[in-house]
Amino acid sequence: MSMNTQGRPTTPSAVKGAAAGPAALLPAEPLLFEIGDRDHSGVDLPDVEIPDGRLGGLRRKSELDLPGLTEPEAMRHYVRLSRRNYSIDSGMYPLGSCTMKHNPRLNEKMARLPGFADVHPLQPVSTVQGALGVMEQLGHWLMELTNTAAVALSPKAGAHGELCGMMAIKTAHEAKGQGHRTVVLVPESAHGTNPATAAFLGYSVKSIDANENGTVDVEAVKAALGDDVAAIMLTNPNTCGLFESQIIEIARAVHEAGAYFYCDGANFNAIMGVVRPGDLGIDAMHINLHKTFSTPHGGGGPGAGPVVLSEALAPHAPVPFLRRTGEAIELVEHADDTALGRLTAFHGQMGMYVRALTYMLSHGADGLAQAARDAVLNANYIKARLQDVFSAPFNGRPVMHEVLFDDGFLKGTGVSTLDFAKAMIDEGLHPMTMYFPLVVHGAMLIEPTESESLQTLDAFIATMRELAADARAGNVTRFTAAPVRAPLRRLDETRAARQPRLKWTAETGDRRAAE
Amino acid sequence: MRYLPHSAADRQHMLATIGASSIDDLFAAVPASVLGTFSPDLPGHQPEFAVEAHMRGLAGRNHAAGDGPFFVGAGAYRHHVPATVDHLIQRSEWLTAYTPYQPEISQGTLQMLFEFQTQVANLTGMDVANASMYDGSTATAEAVLMARRITRKNKVFLSGGLHPQYRDTVVTYLAGEGGLECLSPSPEGQGDIIDHIDDDTAAIVIQTPDFYGHIRNVSHLAEAAHARGALLIVVVTEIVSLGLLEAPGALGADIVVAEGQSLGNPLTFGGPYVGLLACREKFVRQMPGRLCGETVDADGQRGFVLTLSTREQHIRREKATSNICTNSGLCALAFSIHLSLLGEKGLTRLAKLNHARAIALADALADAGLEVLNGTFFNEMTVRLPVAAAPVVEALAGRGILAGLPVSRLEPGKPEVENLLVLAATELTTDADIAALVAALKGELA
Amino acid sequence: MTTRYTTDHEYVRIEGKAGTVGISSYAQEQLGDIVFVELPSVGTTVSKGDEIAVVESVKAASEIYAPVSGTVTEINAALEGEPGLINSDPAGAGWLFRLELSDQAELDGLMDEAAYAEHTA
Repeated sequence: MSMNTQGRPTTPSAVKGAAAGPAALLPAEPLLFEIGDRDHSGVDLPDVEIPDGRLGGLRRKSELDLPGLTEPEAMRHYVRLSRRNYSIDSGMYPLGSCTMKHNPRLNEKMARLPGFADVHPLQPVSTVQGALGVMEQLGHWLMELTNTAAVALSPKAGAHGELCGMMAIKTAHEAKGQGHRTVVLVPESAHGTNPATAAFLGYSVKSIDANENGTVDVEAVKAALGDDVAAIMLTNPNTCGLFESQIIEIARAVHEAGAYFYCDGANFNAIMGVVRPGDLGIDAMHINLHKTFSTPHGGGGPGAGPVVLSEALAPHAPVPFLRRTGEAIELVEHADDTALGRLTAFHGQMGMYVRALTYMLSHGADGLAQAARDAVLNANYIKARLQDVFSAPFNGRPVMHEVLFDDGFLKGTGVSTLDFAKAMIDEGLHPMTMYFPLVVHGAMLIEPTESESLQTLDAFIATMRELAADARAGNVTRFTAAPVRAPLRRLDETRAARQPRLKWTAETGDRRAAE
Repeated sequence: MRYLPHSAADRQHMLATIGASSIDDLFAAVPASVLGTFSPDLPGHQPEFAVEAHMRGLAGRNHAAGDGPFFVGAGAYRHHVPATVDHLIQRSEWLTAYTPYQPEISQGTLQMLFEFQTQVANLTGMDVANASMYDGSTATAEAVLMARRITRKNKVFLSGGLHPQYRDTVVTYLAGEGGLECLSPSPEGQGDIIDHIDDDTAAIVIQTPDFYGHIRNVSHLAEAAHARGALLIVVVTEIVSLGLLEAPGALGADIVVAEGQSLGNPLTFGGPYVGLLACREKFVRQMPGRLCGETVDADGQRGFVLTLSTREQHIRREKATSNICTNSGLCALAFSIHLSLLGEKGLTRLAKLNHARAIALADALADAGLEVLNGTFFNEMTVRLPVAAAPVVEALAGRGILAGLPVSRLEPGKPEVENLLVLAATELTTDADIAALVAALKGELA
Repeated sequence: MTTRYTTDHEYVRIEGKAGTVGISSYAQEQLGDIVFVELPSVGTTVSKGDEIAVVESVKAASEIYAPVSGTVTEINAALEGEPGLINSDPAGAGWLFRLELSDQAELDGLMDEAAYAEHTA
């Protein structure tokens, strides 16, 4: 059997912590289905009588089972729920690969202008020239920052952008009679979306190992290239926080072998305004507007993943795309055979374009470059001040915007990466990215972003050092019982997976479950 | 720069700690030939008021739906969103929270998702719903792939009443796979999809109310599909319709996908929206997207976690059910808050009101001598004009009236739909709006 | 009755031409709590090394490869409601499936108890 040896307990241990009763400001909030009911409603709508004649005999007979709340009750419910959430507005998220930077509020104000919020995607194009103007300007910023020939704005998230870029590559190969190329090269350290996207499109994935420096070796790539390879998918800087220093030679080798270069742009924050991926030889790169360009994470979305494309792939962009005809901007919604087709209804995540463009205009080109430089400075500062007590697998080289540690420093302590992360919660910190990338054991990937001040960084560092020292001193319970100061203790993920309960029913457990 | 906290002194101190003389040293791994060798055609930083002026200028060049009579639907609908919704979603803890991978400090998001999943399951009449997809069109594509995985068959038929852009999205997602057949557009509500089902069929996809507004009875389609081992996928683009129309689950649907934008989310020129996906219990492990489940913590307190994650790309990599790694969290929250404020009482009233306004529109159009194709509708209908529809819509737009969608925009080069106009009415449509529309149409067609 | 092990932690317990397949105690410990098992259908024919089942814990999914060639005769239905049996009793109640061997000679290439113990030491 294949083995992922990083299995770790997902049933909380019986170790008891301090009494974890909710404090006065953080009461446990009942479920909507426990407090609302079918008679309550928080809107005032007239009750009109309607004839049945035009409903085709399909008037609803089944129960709706949807409880309602009046406005004050709804306000309480959602305010109280919200307070059980950590957020970037309340604290740092040192999450590697996520770029949890500050979400400016001017972005929110602009997105709510009626001229942006109250506009239908299928209004006549002559009535939405301003919206198309936003798309045009955003596209211009993205192409200038990357030195690329075209941009597909419509993908709704990073993974959707990957799908777009890889589909463009597949279409390009087919157009040239190269449809026999069925292999995609992906480094071991890649995010799971990369092989998932490749497999989705029917490609088989060939893994490339990192060298002992943590980067991809051009010789390893050359050895893997052949007539059957359609593309390589690389992240740069990579998921270990390192710039792929041989990337230009890799791109050259890939192109010489007749393949394309897909770049996962999740880590663009390290180099925006400083290095242009187009100069490195990429053919397609998705950009996460919700990472690099400050649009809010919203508890799990929505994101946006526009894809910049090289000259070679530009003809294979999906619809819709923009075209200038004199003063007017045209929206091309149907294209000829080379274009990829449509990846979604309508035009893309306009709400996120407005936010991202507002951010870009605020920072300017100089501000964006400074943001990248500060992001890299911050990560190196953390590395410099933690590397004597944490174990860094690829030491020596400066890192880019994130620093990777493994669990070597915890060896023999009885404390795992998971335990360490849960103890961070008790100190008021959201944990770093854990167990990713898979190329090191018990990975801890820390990305501060440029938004964190020196004070915040120093406080973070002090907490991390104290935790590391305590783990090595043998104070195991502090870690294995953690968290004890969060609204809940560790959750039984095994039970959730073995007995999935995915909606409220009359059998849903009471707020304080019996066992 | 107002988003960057460091002073020059801070940077100096940090560099000294690192042992570097400048930040440039930290970019040593970057080949010199590509490092900072360009000056982009982009402006420098600006104060907030300047940025605001620029963005307002762009916004001002758009005709907002509220500026005049408005009848555009076709998959995105203009409804009233209570002020409470937008206020709540701007709270820091909702807006700026990350994905709930550390459940102990994300119970707000997780509990909300559990409530959302329950609301969606109940609304659609299905056993289980996920924590949302990007939008209705990509959810439809994912449902088709899911049905093929479940049945291990390839053939899928898309009804002629499916939104053309949804159809085009499914076509792109399945490019090169074979087995996908798109039936021709059916503006009169006719459909012969039942004749196509055979033993090799994995699924049939039906939208109701369909793109042209007709309400489709899918229960006999469910029977026909099941008899041949195929699945019925039902698509709903106007989620408010389920406040008045029978739930797809009660009619035999195996998978229901929908666009949730109508609740909680403004038009925003097409995105971000929120896709809903619900299915029968037995298919749960084949579902794409995030799922939130109930459990207990170490003290026995009820809590919620993301679960069944081995379906997803970050674990299963090549063998994942999808490459999706997000849901549309904030839009799902807005949907859930709006639906909580409505409750079933409010949703039922809202749906009846929409239908009543649509009846008023249909009757006014018919009285004006226009040909309304729909015998059935919820809040959307198709009119066959005596001339091509697109120029009429353009002319009315010039007079401040957004008269609906000319079908030719989504189905170019098809003469049979060139004269068709799809119009929607909602609770926001007034009698004055309808009168203005009818008068303008009469004037244009005279 | 003899038990043989593969290098990647499947076992097959032989009785005549019938083999019972499962994963070793070492494997279940490495995986953590098992939450779901995907088993082959009865009647499936497999060759040695084919991917035949999937065992899922919360954070990982592991493919199980057929230790020997044969035809599946029975699957352990109890695992649907109680996947945790693989953790609590991997050699006994946590068996995955049974098959009829098509090539006894393949057993020679597998490890015995002692060799496997050394392999996982």
